[in-house]
Amino acid sequence: MSPPGSLLWFARFEARLAWRDALSMLTAGRIGRQRKLAIGVIALSIFLHGVAFLVLRFITGEVRPDLPTLVMVTAGILLAGSAMLAQAMESVTRIFYTRSDLELILSAPVQAGKLFAVRIAAMAFAAAGMSMLVLGPFIDILAWQGGARWLGGYAVLIAVSTGTTAVAVALTILLFKTMGPARTRLIAQIAAAIVGGMFVIGLQVAALLSTGTVSRFAFLRSPYFLALVPNIDSVFWYPARAAMGDLYALVLIVGGTAALFLAITARYAPRFADYTLTAVSGSHGAAERQSGSRSFRVVPASATLRLKERRLLLRDPWLISQSLMQLLYLVPPAVLLWHDLGRGSTASIVLVPVLIMTAGQLAGGLAWITISGEDAPDLVRSAPLTASRLLRAKIEAVMQSVGIVLLPFVALLSLISVRQAVVVALGSAAAAASSTAIQLWFRSQSKRSHFRRRHTSSRIATFSEALVSITWAAAGAVTAISAPLAVLAVVIALAILCCVRAFSPRRAA
Amino acid sequence: MAGLVRRITDDMPANSLAPALEIKGLRKSYGRPAVDGLDLCVRPGEFYMLLGPNGAGKTTTLRMVSGLLKPDSGSISIFGIDAIADPVAAKQIVGWLSDEPMIYDKLTPLEYLEFVAGLWSVDQETAEARAHELIRWLGLKDHAYERCEKFSRGMRQKVALAGALLHEPRLIILDEPLTGLDAGAARLVKDVLTENVRAGRSVVMTTHILEIAERMADRIGVISGGRLIAEGTLEELRERFGKAGASLEEMFLAIVE
Repeated sequence: MSPPGSLLWFARFEARLAWRDALSMLTAGRIGRQRKLAIGVIALSIFLHGVAFLVLRFITGEVRPDLPTLVMVTAGILLAGSAMLAQAMESVTRIFYTRSDLELILSAPVQAGKLFAVRIAAMAFAAAGMSMLVLGPFIDILAWQGGARWLGGYAVLIAVSTGTTAVAVALTILLFKTMGPARTRLIAQIAAAIVGGMFVIGLQVAALLSTGTVSRFAFLRSPYFLALVPNIDSVFWYPARAAMGDLYALVLIVGGTAALFLAITARYAPRFADYTLTAVSGSHGAAERQSGSRSFRVVPASATLRLKERRLLLRDPWLISQSLMQLLYLVPPAVLLWHDLGRGSTASIVLVPVLIMTAGQLAGGLAWITISGEDAPDLVRSAPLTASRLLRAKIEAVMQSVGIVLLPFVALLSLISVRQAVVVALGSAAAAASSTAIQLWFRSQSKRSHFRRRHTSSRIATFSEALVSITWAAAGAVTAISAPLAVLAVVIALAILCCVRAFSPRRAA
Repeated sequence: MAGLVRRITDDMPANSLAPALEIKGLRKSYGRPAVDGLDLCVRPGEFYMLLGPNGAGKTTTLRMVSGLLKPDSGSISIFGIDAIADPVAAKQIVGWLSDEPMIYDKLTPLEYLEFVAGLWSVDQETAEARAHELIRWLGLKDHAYERCEKFSRGMRQKVALAGALLHEPRLIILDEPLTGLDAGAARLVKDVLTENVRAGRSVVMTTHILEIAERMADRIGVISGGRLIAEGTLEELRERFGKAGASLEEMFLAIVE
C-alpha cells in the first residue's frame, strides 16, 4: 500500500476517478452495460484493424526510410500531435477554471503539487490513449507486415503525448501570465479548437493552392512538396525514424520529451493550485459588464427564444470553440471557392458534399444546444406557450444559424455554378433538418456545459446523425453531376430517417 | 414597495370568485405513488404554506400545478381555468420559482427579464418599467448589466424571483424559495411575498423553515405520502390536535409521526 498523500496514492485515487468517469461516459451512466461495452470495444478494435489492413495492404516487404515515407509518417505524427495538443490545452484550461475539489485538496495537510503532477500526467495518458485507439491498429498492421520494429510507433505516440502535454501546460500558463485569467479561458479554448484542426486544414489548403487538388496524400508525395522539406538527414525526421524502429532516434525522442515533461511538471505542478485559485476567484470576482445591450426590448415569444439562443451561443467561448471545430473544415472549401472563382473550373463540385455534410453536423450540435442543453427548462416550460410553439422557435433558431453560416458559401458558389449552389442550398436544408429531427427524437434534459458528452447519451442518435448527413452529402454530390442515382440517395437518406424515428425513445414512449 | 405591486383588479384575466387553486384527486406515480389522490383548495388572496417531510410529494404537486409535469389523473383549476385542459391560459396567470434558481449565466438580469417578458407577452412599456422597478427593489441595480454567471446564490434567486413576478401573476408558486439565502435576501423575498398577498395575489409556498410558515401563512397544509393529512390555520391545527400554545414545529412533528 502506498502511504496517503504520496504520488502513488494520488495516482491510484485519480485513476479510480478517471476509470469511473470514462465508464459512465461510455455507458451513458447506465449500470449493467459493462459487458456490452467490452463487446463493443472488441468489435471496434477488430473493425479498426480491418480498416488499417485495407489502407496498408499494398505495403509488402521492408519499408525503407526514404524521404516520401518519412514525410508520410511525419504527417501522421503531426496529425496525432495537433490533436493531442488541442486535447491537452482543453484539459489544462478545464482544470484551471474548475473549483471542484480544489478547496478539499488545499485544506488537506498534503502537498497539493503532487496531486497536480498526477493530473498533468493523467492528461498525457489520456491524450496518448486516444491516439493509440485511432493509430494503434495501423501500427499493429505495420508491425505484422513489416516487422516488430514498427511497434516503436507506440513509444513515439507516448513521447508525443508527454511532449504536447508539457507544451500545453507551458503555453496555457504563459497565456495566463500575459493575458490574465479572464482572457486566457477564451483564448486557450479557441486556440485548442484551432490547433486541433489546423494541421489537416493547413495541409488541405496548401494542397489546393499548390497542386490544385484536395488530396492531402497527393500533395505530400508531390515533387513540389518534397523539394521544400528538410534534407533526409535532418533531425526533423527523427520522430518518423523512431516510429520506424530506429533505436537511436527512439531513445532521443522519448528521452527528450520525458525530460521536457518532467521539467515542466516539476516547475509548474507546485504552482498549479495558485493558478487555479486565481482563475476561480478571478472568474467569481469582477463580473463582466455587458455593453451595447442597455435598451430593453420585448419581442414576440418566437423571436425572444431565437434572440436568447443567439446571445447565449455568442457569449460562450467554450461552445464557440466547440462549434468552431466544425466550421474550421469550411476553410478549405472557402479557399477552393476563392481559387476557382472566375476560372470556370469544375473542381468546385467537391464543395457540394463538404458543405452539405458541414450543415448537417453543425445543425446537429446547435440542435442539441437549443433543444437538450436548456439551462432553464422550468422557466421555458412554465411559460404560457404551447410545446409545439416552443419547439418551432428552437428549430427556427438552429436553421437560421446554419443558414447564416452557409449563405456566403452558397452565394459564392452560385457565381461558379448556379446548379451546384441550388443543390447545396437544398441539400444543406435537408441535412440540417434531418439532424435537428434526430436531436428532437432523442432529446434529453441536460446542461450546455455537457455539450462534449452529448454523443454518449445516445449512440444511435450520434451514428444516425452522421450517417444521414453523409447520405445527404452523397445525394448532393450525385445530383450536382446530374446522375439519376440522386433519387436513390435521397430515398436512402429518407429511409434512414424513418428507421431512426422508429427506434427513437419518443416514438417508443 | 407599495407602488411595485399592483392590486388585483377585475380587469385582470380569470374568474376572481373562483378559488385561486383547486386540486381534486391528483395522482402522480414514478413506479410508486408520489402524489396519491391529493385534494387541496387555496383561496384568492391567501398565503398558503405546504409543509411535509422529504419525499412527501410537495415539489411534485407544485410542478404539476405549474404545468411542468403532467398528472396521471385528477384535476387542477387555477382561478377557474382548467390547468390540464388549457395549460397556456393557466400559465399566463401563474408565477413559478423553484429552490434551484434556473437562470442563464450568460445573460444580464435585465436581458433575463426581457426574455421572460417575451415569453409571457408582457407589453414593452409595462415590462420595461416593471423590470427596472424589480431590479431596483431587489437590490440588483448595480448588477443590472452584469452577466449572471458570477452572481452569488442569493443574487441568482433574486433574479429568478424578479422573473417570476414580472408578468404580475395572480398565483405565485414557490418551492423552497429561501434555501441558501442570507438573512437580508430572505427578508426581501418574504417582504415581496407579503406585499403581493396584501395586493390580493395568492401564494402557495413550501418550506422546511417552520418559523417562517408559522409567521407568514394564512393557512397551512401538511402533506405526507402524497396525501393531505392536515390543513387549517395555526389555531385550527392546535385545536384539532389538542396542542394549545404549541409551536408549529411541535405540531408538525406530531402530525407527521
